[in-house]
Amino acid sequence: MLRNKSFVKRTRKGNVVRTVKEHYLRDDIVCGLESCQHATCAQARSDAAQAAPLSATPRDSTTWGPHYLLPDTNALVNQIDIFERPIINDVVVLSTVLDELRALSIATYNRVRAIVRDPARRWFVFSNEHHRATFVERAAGESPNDRNDRAIRVAARWLRAHLEPAAVRPVLVTNDEGNLRAAKADGVDACRMDEYLRVYSEHPELLDMMGNVSITDRSAEDPAWAGYPEHLSAVQVQAGLKGGLLLQGTLQIAPYNYLEGSIYTAFPDGKDRRVLVVGREHMNRAVQGDRVAVQILPKSQWRRAPSAALVDEDEDAVVPKTGVEKESDGGQAAKRTRLADGSAGSAAAEDSADESEFAKPSDVTDDPSEGEPTGRVVGVIRRNWRSYCAFLDPNYVAKGARASNAPATVSVLAMDRRIPKIKIRTRQAATLAGQRLVVAIDAWPRESRYPHGHFVRALGSAGDKGTETEVLLLEHDVPFQPFTQNVRADLPAEGDQWLFDAERDQVASGKRRDLRALNVCSIDPPGCTDIDDALHAVELPNGNFQVGVHIADVTSFVKPGTAMDIEAAHRSTTVYLVDRRIDMLPELLGSNLCSLMSGIERLAFSCVWELDRDANIVDVTFHKSVIHSKASLTYDEAQARIDDPTQTDPITTSIRNLNMLAKKLRRRRMDAGALTLSSPEVRFRLENDSQDPVDVEMKALKETNALVEEFMLLANISVAAKIYEHFPDSALLRRHPEPPAQSFDNLQHALQPLGIQLETGSSLALARSLDRAVLPADPYFNNLLRILTTRCMMQAQYFCSGTLTPDEFRHYGLATRIYTHFTSPIRRYADVMVHRLLHASIDRDALHGPELTDKTKMNEQCDVLNHRHRMAQQAGRASVELYTNLFFKGKTVEEPGYVTQILQNGFSVLIPSYGIEGVVYTTAKDSQAPAALEYVKSDNALVSADASQSIRLFQRVRVMLQVDDKPVSAN
Amino acid sequence: MELLSPEGLRVDGRRANELRRILCRASVLNTADGSAYYEQGNTKVLVAVYGPRESRIRSQSQHDHAIVNVEFNIAPFSTSERRKRSKGDKRLLEIASFVRQTFEGAIQRSVYPRSQIDIYLHLLQHDGGTLETCINAATLALVDAGISMDDYVCACTAGFIDETPVLDLNGAEESSIETPDLTVAILPRSGNIALLQMESKLHSSKLEGVLELAAEGCKHIHRKLDEAVLAAANDLAEKLSH
Repeated sequence: MLRNKSFVKRTRKGNVVRTVKEHYLRDDIVCGLESCQHATCAQARSDAAQAAPLSATPRDSTTWGPHYLLPDTNALVNQIDIFERPIINDVVVLSTVLDELRALSIATYNRVRAIVRDPARRWFVFSNEHHRATFVERAAGESPNDRNDRAIRVAARWLRAHLEPAAVRPVLVTNDEGNLRAAKADGVDACRMDEYLRVYSEHPELLDMMGNVSITDRSAEDPAWAGYPEHLSAVQVQAGLKGGLLLQGTLQIAPYNYLEGSIYTAFPDGKDRRVLVVGREHMNRAVQGDRVAVQILPKSQWRRAPSAALVDEDEDAVVPKTGVEKESDGGQAAKRTRLADGSAGSAAAEDSADESEFAKPSDVTDDPSEGEPTGRVVGVIRRNWRSYCAFLDPNYVAKGARASNAPATVSVLAMDRRIPKIKIRTRQAATLAGQRLVVAIDAWPRESRYPHGHFVRALGSAGDKGTETEVLLLEHDVPFQPFTQNVRADLPAEGDQWLFDAERDQVASGKRRDLRALNVCSIDPPGCTDIDDALHAVELPNGNFQVGVHIADVTSFVKPGTAMDIEAAHRSTTVYLVDRRIDMLPELLGSNLCSLMSGIERLAFSCVWELDRDANIVDVTFHKSVIHSKASLTYDEAQARIDDPTQTDPITTSIRNLNMLAKKLRRRRMDAGALTLSSPEVRFRLENDSQDPVDVEMKALKETNALVEEFMLLANISVAAKIYEHFPDSALLRRHPEPPAQSFDNLQHALQPLGIQLETGSSLALARSLDRAVLPADPYFNNLLRILTTRCMMQAQYFCSGTLTPDEFRHYGLATRIYTHFTSPIRRYADVMVHRLLHASIDRDALHGPELTDKTKMNEQCDVLNHRHRMAQQAGRASVELYTNLFFKGKTVEEPGYVTQILQNGFSVLIPSYGIEGVVYTTAKDSQAPAALEYVKSDNALVSADASQSIRLFQRVRVMLQVDDKPVSAN
Repeated sequence: MELLSPEGLRVDGRRANELRRILCRASVLNTADGSAYYEQGNTKVLVAVYGPRESRIRSQSQHDHAIVNVEFNIAPFSTSERRKRSKGDKRLLEIASFVRQTFEGAIQRSVYPRSQIDIYLHLLQHDGGTLETCINAATLALVDAGISMDDYVCACTAGFIDETPVLDLNGAEESSIETPDLTVAILPRSGNIALLQMESKLHSSKLEGVLELAAEGCKHIHRKLDEAVLAAANDLAEKLSH
């Protein structure tokens, strides 16, 4: 049956037009029951056209008998954590619900789709919107919401009648009272979620996982507090943004101060500036990562002083109050309020401010005397809530709650300091105390200080190594589940018996070159099992050198579009933690079949140059190959071979040639302005059994490290040029933008007293001035300066060549015009994509999907790569931090350190020997005593009351280290 | 927007291999030598055919065969936003020229030396698949005008969404940038291809599947056109018998 959907729509230009769309209603949509005897269903099953996964004997309950669950949209949005539990099977999802869900929360939609894809869950999507019997037309005067609710009820009624012969009933789950009543009147079984969960009486924790339960526990709150200001409606926000009265941006909370947020956004004059949002009241229920609309505060409240650091979690009193301060911690609260709000003043003053005093975005200029603009959140455009890892402090659980199993409201502390405390309602407070949990935020009502959430699952007790590692993986969004059956099914059937085969691997047909005779070797850190790269160098008769970089041919095992490829694209990178590695590809490939181990034939993608004696490129070719590595060396072994003059075997000669050429390449790169930057990296020596850290050492660099690095850079650059030539619109490249000059301002200012001037005009000038910046008295100073310079840099990022102009392709740090990642396909997905691009550019027949030429998809994948890459780095660092804490557990060590940042109430110190950094506060956490050191703005220093002591940037200080929740305490 | 749901349904409720509803009728205008009204879903075309008649422009006339002249027009009210197009709009000329080239091969032009056949196409409502509807409608009108042709020319589009070939794209599907859209015109009896047009990228290994599906669609359209011709003939026979 055909009907035309007709509706009015506003176009981008603002005209109101009528849109007509066809809609075909069908008679052949199945109900989803695997053994349905109905003619259409049986017919469709025999055609195998449609899946029918619902079991004929679903869960039985005393109220409804065997039944299917039929959730409405809000039930799914709020209770998705429960629905994801594998015990909730046999669920019918209506297409009405899915459509609503997609508009409401794309993340939840994707989670529902993932469940539907899993055949073991037996979830079924019933396309009621396309079914002739269940489609409903919107009645005159009916709101879209009411129409959808009605569509859900009609579908439920139809399913009920249809499933009658099979003796199964659909049970509608909704928390909407009106819908519930209407459903019952229509003769549909319906109930609320909490009622339904009684069916699962053997899983009491499900009730704890209920989202969006109204929590009315105001006992801890101040009755005088009037609640947060109301948010503007979406229409008002849009109008405000259009009218230039509001600004929008993503709220970023400062890592050291959870009460100081900021958005970075484009102002009407076209420049990008930061707007500070200080204090909970001004943040107005926005959480880190939310997209918010911000109103600029009057100029009198703009910020003119630097940030203060706050670590204290007990912040009940921090919210500015209009009434009387609580007695218990009143004085301190006042002090903190002052610190937190900076010059923004109290909310009381702001509330009384006349609306006309608010500055407009167009009033903001770059005039430094006016200070930095501050603002307040007036509306949330899009929430960016996820699941959070949190900690339930045993001290927070009331004594009474510990004993009984009655539901109690408790506040949990998110591990991410930027997230406020979350209130959850649980019956297991006693067992959960002291544990790390996963919680989700459901809502943040106006009258509640903190957001309301629900419990998702427990991870284990705090301080346990396994639990803490899981926490940091979850917090950094690292997918670390074992590979699924689908992924493992894509591995070669031969398993670890896989051997090179000239016929299958296309050597015979000439598509793959046989390089087994070459003296190829690999140089890696000791203990490396995923060998990505191998090298060789041969002197040619004409005096030039043939140099080859051979990279593991991952793409001959990972075909585009397979489950393994999709999983690898999702993971994007291998994550290295101190004690373990989260692989991007299954171990069989990474550590065996792709790994270029010595003494066995392996497939490779080779990049072979002809270089003259001065290491200029005469010619370059790329081809798939098969190699037979003669030796897997460590950096030390390779170095020993170079240094030992008695060794003259082909491998050693090859390495010496490579070393000679690498030095020349390096010289040339340095002359072009490549930067040598530094980061305080350390390596832990772990005890074999317990994996507890027993010693820390700095990572040392050898000449051979530089050798390998040099040729990898050369390969990456050559490949980048090649793929850009063939795919000008869709090549995957890597760029490093030039840092804006202002980012060096603070550093420059601090260097002035030392008589050092950084030239930041170009990377070459910067490299030269870094080389000159040496203090003879302090050999570590230069290294420290490089560490701090690194922090001023922008992040390098993957991008799709079609989205930027060629001028923007530059890699600033490496001083090259074009760059990409080609050399580590085992551990980076970007390299896998580059391999496919390169293969397609040398072999036209190489099969590739549209993803290689689709600019939009390529760009989306770049965003994923950049995100995962950043998260993997942070997870790695967090893991080091965790092990540092474990290492210092029960120890107190005094160590020299360097001041790297001055804050209003403290300073951060870097301790080079352990590579850790922490904040030293000028007042102890609990003391009310005045600070020992006062901040002096004029010379950005902390000075003691009698001016005998002062703390400045780069100063050497001695600090005492001990582990507690407060990692560093001052001396 | 999700163009093809995992349940296998498209935005308008069709499955991947289903055509839109086709309604057509020959002999709808009295003044033209042949005419047809053709709609496929919400795309609606009216065609008038004049000729064969003496060439208007002497210099262009050919002594051994007829020339085909195609004019194509889009009504300003054809889309939800009104848009007036000038006569020299390149898109209009391009579609007219595709139609002309397609029919130059199918019409037995040597039967009509020194003459001209005019095809006037009017798109009344637009919802994807302009070229296919124009060709199908023109076939019907040419048959109605009694012009000798080798065979019907039937056209159909097919695209490729989420690794699945899909038949007969509607406006929403066509305007999505990711969807390649291929128009094929075939002579159904011989299966020869008269037109193959695609402006987007599609990997060569996928082309065959898409092409096959489009050809399948053409055959279905052929039956529809045949029915319309038969209906027109019956209509005429009935009138003559009175």
